[in-house]
Amino acid sequence: MNRRTHPALTVWAWLTYAFLYLPILVLIVFSFNESKFGANWTGFTTHWYSVLFARQDVREAVSHTLEVAVLSTLVSTVLGTLVGFGLWRGGFRGRVPLTFLLVMPIVIPDVVMGVMLLMFYAIVRGLLERTGWTFENGFWTVMLAHVSFQISYVALTVRSRLAGYGRELEEAAADLGATPVQSFLQVVLPLALPGVLGGALLAFTLSLDDFVVTYFTSGSGFRTLPVLIYTAVKKGVTPDINALSTLLVLFTVVMIVLANLLSRPRKEQV
Amino acid sequence: MTPRRFLATLGPGLLWLAIFLIVPSVIMLGYSFLTRTDLAQVGAPWTLENWQRVFGYDALFRQWVPDNLRVLWRSLWLAALSTLLCVLMGYPLAFYIAHQEARRKNLLLLLLIIPFWTNFLIRVYAWILILRPFGLVPSTAATFLGMVYAFLPFFVLPVYSSVEKLDWRLLEAAEDLGATPARAFMTGVFPQTLPGLVAGILLTFIPALGMFVVSDILGGAKTALIGNLIQNQFGQAGDWPYGSALSFLLMGVVLLGLWLYARFAGEKGLEELL
Repeated sequence: MNRRTHPALTVWAWLTYAFLYLPILVLIVFSFNESKFGANWTGFTTHWYSVLFARQDVREAVSHTLEVAVLSTLVSTVLGTLVGFGLWRGGFRGRVPLTFLLVMPIVIPDVVMGVMLLMFYAIVRGLLERTGWTFENGFWTVMLAHVSFQISYVALTVRSRLAGYGRELEEAAADLGATPVQSFLQVVLPLALPGVLGGALLAFTLSLDDFVVTYFTSGSGFRTLPVLIYTAVKKGVTPDINALSTLLVLFTVVMIVLANLLSRPRKEQV
Repeated sequence: MTPRRFLATLGPGLLWLAIFLIVPSVIMLGYSFLTRTDLAQVGAPWTLENWQRVFGYDALFRQWVPDNLRVLWRSLWLAALSTLLCVLMGYPLAFYIAHQEARRKNLLLLLLIIPFWTNFLIRVYAWILILRPFGLVPSTAATFLGMVYAFLPFFVLPVYSSVEKLDWRLLEAAEDLGATPARAFMTGVFPQTLPGLVAGILLTFIPALGMFVVSDILGGAKTALIGNLIQNQFGQAGDWPYGSALSFLLMGVVLLGLWLYARFAGEKGLEELL
């Protein structure tokens, strides 16, 4: 498509990109600023990075974040793939309400989801305490909460990956003597694999990034990185948080570029 | 599908959603009719007081006070205004990107996806560094700016996927038939971008409506939104019944909007949101 681009549109686009990147650049620049109080540039330093690396709570938050993300992604990928497969296969009533139920965790405001689960856990705790058991909000409550919003993303990604294929696939497998489980594992799953991996990547990133649901379900003893950043920002800006943010931006860029390189179709060799 | 296969495939996932989504929603609805007995404690008697408070009735002084309605109203117009600004900035941008040749297009998309995936808190926090020297933190203007900034990539991407699929022959046909450029655009192009535009608007407006992080970090007490009100009930105030009523109202508004959207756009439209 080679239609003319109006110069005003070009200017507009560049301004919008400048708007998108200005804060990120400021963040990076300030992470190397000597001044503790931010506003003025007083000289270059990497001091804040060493301060950051020495912080035990940051290290703990990093490992909490990764633990939650890995386990919740595993669980939600299995459950979500099965749901996506079932939706694709169809042959049952009530598709619209089911789609609605699946879209719910994606569209209801995350603050609502967070407080809802907070109360749910409180009630479960109350019931358990009668039998002498109890639990604290922490790793498990956060992990279960994450799975609850990840399932939908995985299911819908898998389903849209399968959307192009017909049911004949399974019929052919059945004609050749495959059991339903065999046909799922050996015929459908390999075809759905890019969707499964894409869904898993999405679920993983959503878990890493989530602040709101984690904030309400984590209790006081368990912090993930976003919760740690929020707490720090509420207390006031400190330069080591700029350094942490810069590293996270860098991490995002590397992940995206990698994902982009991996998903790019290979050029035909001549 | 046999019931057994239904249970084997959809069963576990749907059971999970029922336990962690439907049951908590019902609990929340129930709590909204109960009474706060102590900090974060809930008990008898059943009452309508929380819902009256949501809409501004002060049971203690037996009068209507506008404070709460003001917060609801502010949440609505701030979400609407942020969405509008995202449309103004992002809609043309989608066309610009779609017009570039392949390599440049990929680069520009990549530059859009980076802020899309960069942690939300960090992107909002960065504005403190910029705006604070001007004395603009906390302020309503900063909240507004932060919202637009936070949601812009979420808006542009779905619009772009619509623009990318455009059939430009319709525009040419309209021009050949003598339509002015503006009219040719409105009849030949705009309707084709509508699915992406609607999806982008919903993806901006809905999270903006429930937002509490941006207003919390950049807005201060004067810019409290319904999200902040909810956060406060589950934090310092410890008033779960009132917080439940507020949350249920917010969820109801969003689900109602989604239901209306699904009625017009059907199941396909629901999926296109994603």
